[in-house]
Amino acid sequence: MSLIVEKRTLVIPGQLIAEGDFVPGENAYKREDKIYSLRLGVFDLINKKPTVVPLKGFYFPRAGDIVIGQIKSVEVFGWIVEIYSPYSALLQSTNRSKYRRDEKETRKEIRVGDLIKAKIVASDRSRDPLLTIQEKGLGVISSGKNVRISPPKVPRLIGKEGSMINMLKKETSCKIFISHNGVVLVSGPSENEEKLALWAIKRIEAEAHTSGLTERISEDIRNARKKGDLNFES
Amino acid sequence: MNLNKIPEKLIDEKGLRIDGRKLDKLRPIKLEVGVLNNAEGSAYVEQGRNKLVVGVYGPRETHPKHMIIADRAVVRCRYRMTPFSTEERKNPAPSRREMEISKVIREALEPAIMSEYYPRTTIDIFIEILQSDGGTRCASVTGAALALADAGIPLKDIISSCSFGKADGKIILDLSDAEDKYGEADVPVAIMPNFNYITLLQMDGELTIDEFNKGLDMIMKACMEIHDLQKEALKQKYTQNDK
Repeated sequence: MSLIVEKRTLVIPGQLIAEGDFVPGENAYKREDKIYSLRLGVFDLINKKPTVVPLKGFYFPRAGDIVIGQIKSVEVFGWIVEIYSPYSALLQSTNRSKYRRDEKETRKEIRVGDLIKAKIVASDRSRDPLLTIQEKGLGVISSGKNVRISPPKVPRLIGKEGSMINMLKKETSCKIFISHNGVVLVSGPSENEEKLALWAIKRIEAEAHTSGLTERISEDIRNARKKGDLNFES
Repeated sequence: MNLNKIPEKLIDEKGLRIDGRKLDKLRPIKLEVGVLNNAEGSAYVEQGRNKLVVGVYGPRETHPKHMIIADRAVVRCRYRMTPFSTEERKNPAPSRREMEISKVIREALEPAIMSEYYPRTTIDIFIEILQSDGGTRCASVTGAALALADAGIPLKDIISSCSFGKADGKIILDLSDAEDKYGEADVPVAIMPNFNYITLLQMDGELTIDEFNKGLDMIMKACMEIHDLQKEALKQKYTQNDK
């Protein structure tokens, strides 16, 4: 059993990453006792499994994830929701909010084009994922700004034990919610604060792989505030 | 150089070809990854005077719905030559040749794509030839493999491709347009370098078994060379951002 490449190195698809009696982790596969990478990413050993953490990619729905999506259409059974993944999700009318019993009322509540925050209850590759909004905090989003980031960058935006996101919340005094599919919802006391947060989020996405990012971003936010230069239209 | 003029000799007395290359030399190759903003994955390839762009979209929902395959992703590929890519204006309508090459490229790439990971979805590959000078299908496969990797699609290997052939009785590597047209044979090959699998093999013209084997040895080495360039191009994209 030996690792061919060091941890935290960039690997490309088809690259030999480990040899021997390993169980391949995510984005890796085994052929004749050799583990190869399947995607462009950073190699790591997670639970003793050679794994590749992708640098780029799309969202793959998993049960239990909280996602933010847009209502695409209204059907007989409920709604079809675009969750920015290879599969669009279904929100069945039986999974609508508990507190609105009247069917007609719910139809008015959730319209085509609305953004909703929902939880995935079931997802496998053979059928479209099912959503529910029967939980506290889920449902149609009525206020705030949103921005989409690349799903593999979501862990970076949260940071180690939430260090990045807590810093952002503190510096901008905004409420920030990051969904698993990479939609970030920002609501703050003023439009400028929200813009500042969105600008910072976009920068974190672009510079996700650099070190010392948390400090740099917080400094930049403070500098921008000092200058009074809070125009982040771009 | 005017390509409308038929060259008298494809290989001169010194054993050099019309563009001054040795028999077993590749044309200069330039590979770039992530050139398009709107595509999920993209690549730009220059191989000699060939220039092309590849864009990859997906996995995404399959439309029309009847194309869905229940246990794996549909891979669709479109190879297109721009009207200004050739000596004489090419009719922009899809030709028989383009449709065939699209199919051949798709089949060359499919063995590497883990399409069973994303059933019922589609992976779209678009290849635009901006300038052509022989061997565009091989350059397209090389570029498409990079674009697929850039899009974050799981791949068993990065496919590399090149062609060999015969001109003036000699086996030559990486044919240019004139050598393809006036030579005796043209054999495009694509391989999965880690596995030593051949995923594309076509032959135009005639070769003896010995000649074929000699060419195959040559092409394996050449594809490995291209594979190294591909690896470098992919890694470079993510290291240059560090600065």
